[in-house]
Parts: sequence; C-alpha cells; structure tokens
Amino acid sequence: MGQAINRERRKALKTGCGLGLLGIFAAIGLGRSGAAWAERNVRAFEAKTMDEALDALGAIIPENNAAIQITAPETAENGAFVPITITSDLPRTEEIFILVDKNPTMLVAHFNLPEGTEGAITTRIKMGQTASIIALVKTGGKFYRASREVKVVLGGCS
Amino acid sequence: MGSPIKIRASVKEGYTEVRILMQHEMETGRRKGESGNLVPAKYITEVKVRHNDRIVLDCQFGTGVSKDPYLVFRFKGGKQGEKISVYWADNKGDNRLEEAVIG
Repeated sequence: MGQAINRERRKALKTGCGLGLLGIFAAIGLGRSGAAWAERNVRAFEAKTMDEALDALGAIIPENNAAIQITAPETAENGAFVPITITSDLPRTEEIFILVDKNPTMLVAHFNLPEGTEGAITTRIKMGQTASIIALVKTGGKFYRASREVKVVLGGCS
Repeated sequence: MGSPIKIRASVKEGYTEVRILMQHEMETGRRKGESGNLVPAKYITEVKVRHNDRIVLDCQFGTGVSKDPYLVFRFKGGKQGEKISVYWADNKGDNRLEEAVIG
C-alpha cells in the first residue's frame, strides 16, 4: 500500500507542474476585452509554458480583495479530489476563475454567473502537489483575486 | 451518450440551491494506462445549467476538475415543480442532457 502510494506520488511529481503567478494572469488573457459570452478561452485553458503565458500578458495585475474567499482544506490527503468553495461578496460577480499555480495546466474552471446567480461556487479540483489555489473574480470589467495554499499529501495531477 | 447526471434542486430563503453530480472520467491525457501508453484526454469542457429556459450557470472546464464533477450554486427565485436542466459536452463530442424539478 505504502509503496503504491509512493509510486503514485513520484509519478504525480514527475508530471512537472508549474508556471508561476505571472503566467497565470497572462494565461487568462486579461488584456483582452469584449470576449463573447461563454466563449471558451482555449489559449487560457491550454497555456503550459512561460513563453506562451508571457505572450498573453499585457494586462492589469488583479488586486487582492478580501471580499473573495476560498474555502478549502489546509491539507488535502488526496490531490485528485480537493473540495473547494469560492465565495465573492463583490457586487454583481460576473465571472469566477479557479486556478492552481503548480498544475500542468493552471486554469481549472471558468464560471459565468448570469444576473441573479450568487457569487459562490462549490466544486472539487485536482492538485498535483502542494500549491496555491487562486480565485479570480471579474466584475465591472475588472479582475480581483484571492489565493490560498493547500498542502497535498498524495498528488492528483494525472 | 454520457452517463446520467444527478441533480438536486431545492428552494431556500428566496434562492434555489442546485447540486449536480456528473459521471465522467475527466481524463487529463497525462495518465498511463495498463499498457503503459498514455490514456487520451477525455474531459468535460462545457456545462450549462438552465432554470426553465434561462441559463443560470455557464461553465468551462479544463482537465483540473476532479473525476465525476460536482457543483453547488444558488440563484435567486425558482419555485417547487419548476424545471432545472443540466447539459454537458466533452472534448470528444460526447454529451448529456438531464432534467429535474425543483423539490
């Protein structure tokens, strides 16, 4: 059992997650405006290298905002299922993005919230290793962020 | 055609809370199968939730969403007996549409 876990863990670590915060913000294409409703930002979902990420940069760095909260366990035993809730008390939260700074592809999910839908989403995500979860919230054309570190015992990247 | 979606929707203090459990392997394309070859990526890319015919949640997923994706959210309004529908599509052209009523 212990051996199996170690093998899994090595494998997860070997997948070589990582890019860093700069890349994350670039990957989402914050510089672009007028993206159509619900259009998939393929580039953001596929961004893996720093070059690619830097290429997309040209953007506002989102401000930290205490109105955004990330609820997640301090330590996740299994990185394949990390329960998280993102809550935004910002008025009229239009979009929520969930990112993990050390996953092979950092953008996990993008939620469009029509008028009347609360700025709160609960889901489960994969984390390859101990990393920061970053929540971005878009409202009134601006991005705000919050982040939270989660320690991962068994990586769930693959 | 994908596996059934479990949907629970209930009215709470002027809101409808929706809980969704989709059955999907969410393969990243980075996992090796028994043969030692990489298992091709197969994951949900898009989820749309409607209340009657109005979209109340519109999601784009990457490979980082866990196997059997689970979602909880709330929207204003909604009454018992009204319709909630959930649609997903994956990167391989598979999809599923499921309906439930608010309880």
